[in-house]
Amino acid sequence: MTPLIEAEHLTRYYDKNCAVKDVSFILGKGEVLGFLGANGAGKTTTMQMLCGNLAPSAGQIKINGFDLLDQPKAAKLNLGYLPDTPPLYKELTVQEFLLYCCALHGITKASRAGAIKTAQERCGLTKVTDRLIANLSKGFQQRVGIAQAILHNPEVIVLDEPTVGLDPIQIREIRTLIRELGQDHGVILSTHILTEVQESCSHVQIIHQGQLIFNETIAGLNRQMNTGTLQISTRLAPDINCLSALPGISSIEQISANQLKVHHSITANPAEQLAETIIACGWGLQELTPIKRSMEDIFISLTKDHLDA
Amino acid sequence: MILTIASREFKSLFLSPMAWIILAILQFILAFLFLTQVEAFTTLQPKLAGIEGAPGLTDIIVPPLFGNAGIILLLVTPLLTMRLICEERRNKTLSLLLSAPVSNSDIILGKYLGILGLMLLIITLVTLMPLSLLSGGELDLGKLFANILGLLLLVAAFTATGLFMSCISGHPTVAAMSTFGILLFLWILDWSVGLNDQRSELFEYLSLLRHFQNIQSGLISSTDVSYFLLFIATFIALSIHSLDNDRLQK
Repeated sequence: MTPLIEAEHLTRYYDKNCAVKDVSFILGKGEVLGFLGANGAGKTTTMQMLCGNLAPSAGQIKINGFDLLDQPKAAKLNLGYLPDTPPLYKELTVQEFLLYCCALHGITKASRAGAIKTAQERCGLTKVTDRLIANLSKGFQQRVGIAQAILHNPEVIVLDEPTVGLDPIQIREIRTLIRELGQDHGVILSTHILTEVQESCSHVQIIHQGQLIFNETIAGLNRQMNTGTLQISTRLAPDINCLSALPGISSIEQISANQLKVHHSITANPAEQLAETIIACGWGLQELTPIKRSMEDIFISLTKDHLDA
Repeated sequence: MILTIASREFKSLFLSPMAWIILAILQFILAFLFLTQVEAFTTLQPKLAGIEGAPGLTDIIVPPLFGNAGIILLLVTPLLTMRLICEERRNKTLSLLLSAPVSNSDIILGKYLGILGLMLLIITLVTLMPLSLLSGGELDLGKLFANILGLLLLVAAFTATGLFMSCISGHPTVAAMSTFGILLFLWILDWSVGLNDQRSELFEYLSLLRHFQNIQSGLISSTDVSYFLLFIATFIALSIHSLDNDRLQK
């Protein structure tokens, strides 16, 4: 099976400024790829390149097997794109706008009504069909933007920060919608909200200063998040050298005289030996908690590691 | 696909008061000029009757009317074309077209034809005025056709220039001003010719006005027609190129 998106060694310069550097990845059917990055990390530039709005300085993009440069029309037929600002003609009603999008994407006249109806139902727009887009709230405009991207039932859906400006209930609805879409399409979603990735994506990529520094499935990410650190409090100050000699411990961080953070390898959990040693030495064990690393921690540590390297 | 974009462009002109106002004002001013011309003809008629080979009804009414329409459209076209690409880029709606399965030439030609549709409507309305004279007199239809063709080619050239300026400008006002500047310069280029008895063939060839007047006189030569066609093709090609450039660098 051909992957839906094949991006190879994408590089993009703005003058001498390198916005995206050697980014490669593959997106398959049924995957929802979360594209994470701080502001200015190169998310939007990458999205624009994937959707043919921006030509990469180097590298190749194939969408559903069609090269974006050699066969742009065939490639774009398989593509639905919501840019960071939804591209809406404000003087049109929702219905008129979607009808125009249908025509642009070459949907036959007979199937237009059906396509519009489905998209409107999926995005909760049925009540506002006949209203002018200019008069809709930001959230509804965002939904029209999403409707426009999924209208022609494309294989690949690229959403650039789809939940910006939505209220919590709408955000939940959109996330459900994204998960639904992910079942039979390939979805790429860029965001800087980490919980969003946890909730709706199957794969995660973190981009930092134009480079991909992390590429994992959500399961792999969760593994990284669950293990690794124990927090220990004792009544008397423990001897760190004694503890670090225990098997499986990679490093010990001292927070205060009586508090430690123990980092250990993922395979061997030294909690039991730690407890035994501390009690045997009579330091008075008061607390031993596994610390669940949040997405934020991983994100920050990854971007920091990268800076140090 | 071109027609989809063209019809969208044409319809959206009528969603704002812009097109309506332009149609109304143009029609009002040109009707006024037309009536003045008819008035002039009726006063001249007794004198003309005595002269052999005197200019007829068509000669006195049609060329001035179409000439004036040309000048007014020189002012109006930049206002119609300034938003074409510029505004889409500013409102970030251009990416809808760029990520849809349409080529850049489709986008440009669609936009061009959309505005040209309005221009055709304006020309039709202008033509109706001399045609109304058929009820009480006779017209030289060949000459009328030459004038229609001339005006059509002229505004098609205006529109192409405006489209290109809209592609390269960052702000609609800038696009309108520069379009107006270019068109006016090309319009008056051959005025300099008369100043010191020297004929500059190059200036004369480049002048929009000269070619327009040639066609208006009823002499449809391939030189004049191909001048306009080349003019239009050049600016459309430049527009497509400028849109391509958008993807390459920002």
